[in-house]
Amino acid sequence: MTIQKANAMTLSFRAAVVSILILVLFLGSWHLATSGTGTVQQMDPEYAKLMGLTATQGKSAMPGPLQVGATLWKHITNPFYDNGPNDKGLGIQLAYSIGRVVLGYLLAVIVAIPLGFLIGMSQLMSRALDPFIQVLKPISPLAWMPLALYTIKDSNYSAIFVIFICSVWPMLINTAFGVASVRKEWLNVARTLEVGAFKRAFTVILPAAAPTILTGMRISIGIAWLVIVAAEMLVGGTGIGYFVWNEWNNLSITNVINAILVIGIVGMILDQLLARAAKLVTYPE
Amino acid sequence: MTEKLISIEAIAKRYPAPGGGQTAVFENLWLGINRGEFVCMIGHSGCGKTTVLNILAGLDAPSEGVVIVDNQAIDGPALDRAVIFQSHALLPWRSVLGNVAYAVGARHKDWSKARIKEHAEKFIDLVGLKGSEYKKPSELSGGMKQRVGIARALSLEPKMLLMDEPFSALDALTRGTLQDEVRGICLNTGQTVFMITHDVDEAIYLADKIVLMTNGPEAQIAEIVENPLPKDRERNQIHKHADYYAIRNHLIDFLVSRSRTFKDEMKGKPWDPMNVPLVRPVSETPSAPEPMRKRA
Repeated sequence: MTIQKANAMTLSFRAAVVSILILVLFLGSWHLATSGTGTVQQMDPEYAKLMGLTATQGKSAMPGPLQVGATLWKHITNPFYDNGPNDKGLGIQLAYSIGRVVLGYLLAVIVAIPLGFLIGMSQLMSRALDPFIQVLKPISPLAWMPLALYTIKDSNYSAIFVIFICSVWPMLINTAFGVASVRKEWLNVARTLEVGAFKRAFTVILPAAAPTILTGMRISIGIAWLVIVAAEMLVGGTGIGYFVWNEWNNLSITNVINAILVIGIVGMILDQLLARAAKLVTYPE
Repeated sequence: MTEKLISIEAIAKRYPAPGGGQTAVFENLWLGINRGEFVCMIGHSGCGKTTVLNILAGLDAPSEGVVIVDNQAIDGPALDRAVIFQSHALLPWRSVLGNVAYAVGARHKDWSKARIKEHAEKFIDLVGLKGSEYKKPSELSGGMKQRVGIARALSLEPKMLLMDEPFSALDALTRGTLQDEVRGICLNTGQTVFMITHDVDEAIYLADKIVLMTNGPEAQIAEIVENPLPKDRERNQIHKHADYYAIRNHLIDFLVSRSRTFKDEMKGKPWDPMNVPLVRPVSETPSAPEPMRKRA
């Protein structure tokens, strides 16, 4: 046991060392690649002022890691500033995005889990709804956007709808599968104990299917976070997706890179939260 | 003691045959079980033993016929017929106590949590699992899991205990101990038991009556064997009893050949499925027979 543990310790330690090495290597080559001086053209000083450092000093248009780090620090120390519609702190933008994702996702939970129960328990409903699910599932969530904008007439709610529609399918399918594959003997136990249908759903089927349901929920939150960026680029106004697009229009590659980094980190946190929740309901057999 | 608790009357189970028509697993089956009796059913796979048990439990419905328990026809599962499943069927997300308490709570909906816990603990104690109350099934050995299954069934204090090969998945040593315990508990409480097995020795040790089923399809109860061994038999003594080999040979003969040829055996003879022969195999000589020994 202790030997195994010691081995595991050294393994994770070694892995951490390799990770840091890779990071250093990446940052180093990024720094070298962007700090190089290119060809400098002779030009009128007035014109040179307009052209910026890229043209006058041969500086790369791509920001280096130090530059990105410096801006990131600015964002971290002041995440909630609000200087009007086109200049809000990263924290505010993230809060908008997370808010939309959570709302759309919760709506999907409310719809997908009961419906998944129904499909999982009833052969009839399973077969009857299958064609609809098969057709609706592969539709790109953004394809719904025009229809949502037309019917809902509110870009914010449309984004939430898009999150709803993209996260509903994995949850629905996993819930139905989890419920349908609850071991028959567990159901028989409930039957011989004369447990009513409602109580049986909560005390036998739900705990038995919970790990599968949580897996679906984890897939869904991942997809929802992928889709929100694209959706917000389309609807604009607020959110991290809008922020990326707005900074692209400002030609601030530094901010775009910052946003990419933050999107990744938030996505990881959301995924880990669901992974923790899944661990709580998993039972060894 | 001879009051009939269970009466299986003319039950049949049929399935649609692949080529159209129907295949009957069994037809016109009659069987009575008295209060306090321990009845074992023996037969080969496919004779419908488990189907009979599931019908008794109410988990399966017969294609025809009825089962009467305490003068009432059953129409589904009920708490007064507790089932001990072959695969123990514990809920893996609940602890030992949680599994037993789930059953107790289902039986006594008006009881307080403390009372349910106390009652559950009594039965966990009875099957020798004191100290493991808060373990999850995955932390238990196969024998301990089945003990929980037994405690769960007993905690219902059912009129009837139904067991579907409850010990077949256990190793020989554990099986023996559990048989002893189940026998002890059932004798003490006068529990009525219907058990399926294909272990001849298990049947001889546990049962008062052994129901012999012929091979399926269209299986029938060939005969009911009355166990000639005394009620207070002991595991390590029964093989010395005068009638032990008589009943053992009778059962093995049946399983080896008669279960297959029984229909030919009965051809042309009158057959009343309502009154199958009751056989009591005893040794022909009054003294204990020498066990047969083969010499090389």
